[in-house]
Amino acid sequence: MHEMSLMESVLEIVEDEARKAGATSVKVVKLAIGELSHVEPEAMRFCFDAVTGGTVAAGATLEIEMVPGQGWCLDCAETVALSERFGACPKCGQHKVQMTGGDDLRVAELEVE
Amino acid sequence: MCTVCGCGTASVEGKAVDEHGHHHHHGHDHGHSHDHDHDHDHDHGHSHDHVHDHVHDADHAHDHDHGAVHAHAHDHTHGDVVHAHDHEHGHDHGHAHDHAHGHAHTHDHDHGHDHGPDHDHVVRGVDAIDYGGGLAGVHVPGLSQDRIVKIERDILGKNDRLARDNRRALAEKGVFALNLVSSPGSGKTTLLCKAITDLKASHPIAVIEGDQQTSNDADRIRATGVKAIQVNTGKGCHLDASMVGHALDDLDLPENALLFIENVGNLVCPSAFDLGEAHKVVVLSVTEGEDKPLKYPDMFAAADLMLLNKADLLPHLDFDVEACIRAAKTVNPRLEVLTVSARSGEGLDAFYAWVEKRAALARRPA
Repeated sequence: MHEMSLMESVLEIVEDEARKAGATSVKVVKLAIGELSHVEPEAMRFCFDAVTGGTVAAGATLEIEMVPGQGWCLDCAETVALSERFGACPKCGQHKVQMTGGDDLRVAELEVE
Repeated sequence: MCTVCGCGTASVEGKAVDEHGHHHHHGHDHGHSHDHDHDHDHDHGHSHDHVHDHVHDADHAHDHDHGAVHAHAHDHTHGDVVHAHDHEHGHDHGHAHDHAHGHAHTHDHDHGHDHGPDHDHVVRGVDAIDYGGGLAGVHVPGLSQDRIVKIERDILGKNDRLARDNRRALAEKGVFALNLVSSPGSGKTTLLCKAITDLKASHPIAVIEGDQQTSNDADRIRATGVKAIQVNTGKGCHLDASMVGHALDDLDLPENALLFIENVGNLVCPSAFDLGEAHKVVVLSVTEGEDKPLKYPDMFAAADLMLLNKADLLPHLDFDVEACIRAAKTVNPRLEVLTVSARSGEGLDAFYAWVEKRAALARRPA
């Protein structure tokens, strides 16, 4: 379950940023996760409490913003929505779509006190 | 501590797990705030004040041909602090090593400027914009203020930095590294033993073996006469760049070697973790379903080569090779596919040729 190790990395970033901001506690952690990333948001939620317990982020709310997948269709020559990696273009049905977005895996922001 | 799951049990073989480790937190936080006051005097006379908040990395110029008296107050925040971790660097941002073992171990850090550890600049800008702290960053002591801190940091950033270090270290020695990934039981180790036996006369070879427990695989590799190091990930489901970095320190690879990294048998998690390898090679055996690439697309999308192994068993199975290759190409049109049998040796020459061609490019000129 690599969500656990990803959440460890999230915590590392959160602790680092909280320290830099001089925060005493973290209220909200907002992640941006791409629809086409290899991460299961529910698994991230599951890991969050386990990982943050006893840290500056203990009790914080986890917000996950899903970033929609998108790609560049070579045939249509435009950006199209993509619901799976190497999925078909929703307009022309061809598979000549280069993924251009939606594999995000970021800590977007924190709400701290 | 284990960087995988925090379980504290990851170990590089032969090393005691050293809980104290040593942690380099060269975490310099660069939110440089420059205040520039530009005063332009122009020939006609209205005046106005601009307050710009710029967040940028590059040079920046204004052209005002209307000629007013401007009092610009620029807040420049030099921005994207996620840098490649470079050991000859001027400064490094948020870079952290977790060393899970305790032997003498040399890092070359040439920090061009002298920031003490945990040295914090003012936190503003891209790195951390303080929206709630008041316009001028006013903080009233004693009053709690909820603040939003913008971060936008890549969760895999640390692993990717360490992977870049590994990649550079490998390139300096002309080492060609492959990261072999598959589900458990696809025949990675057997394939490796066979390949090593066939290639060791023409190349120095070393192996990093990843498994949750036991050194069985490394023992099998060592029986072929090459150096192997076992990394036990404990509860971890994949190798990460930090583990491979430590293993590289211990391996002391000869120049122009082939390095095979046998990842933990897992068709999911290792796909996300760059180890610094030249290519991921996914091994799929014909005793698994031909729709595996569709079921576990991330791994097949991350790989550059698929070895369809155990081809000697095909006469006994209903495995549709074409359907399997089609499935693999659907998730990754660039994926190259070779059908092989580690047992019979079928197709291995093509694999060796694939390796040779790329290893020759990685090699240091004599």
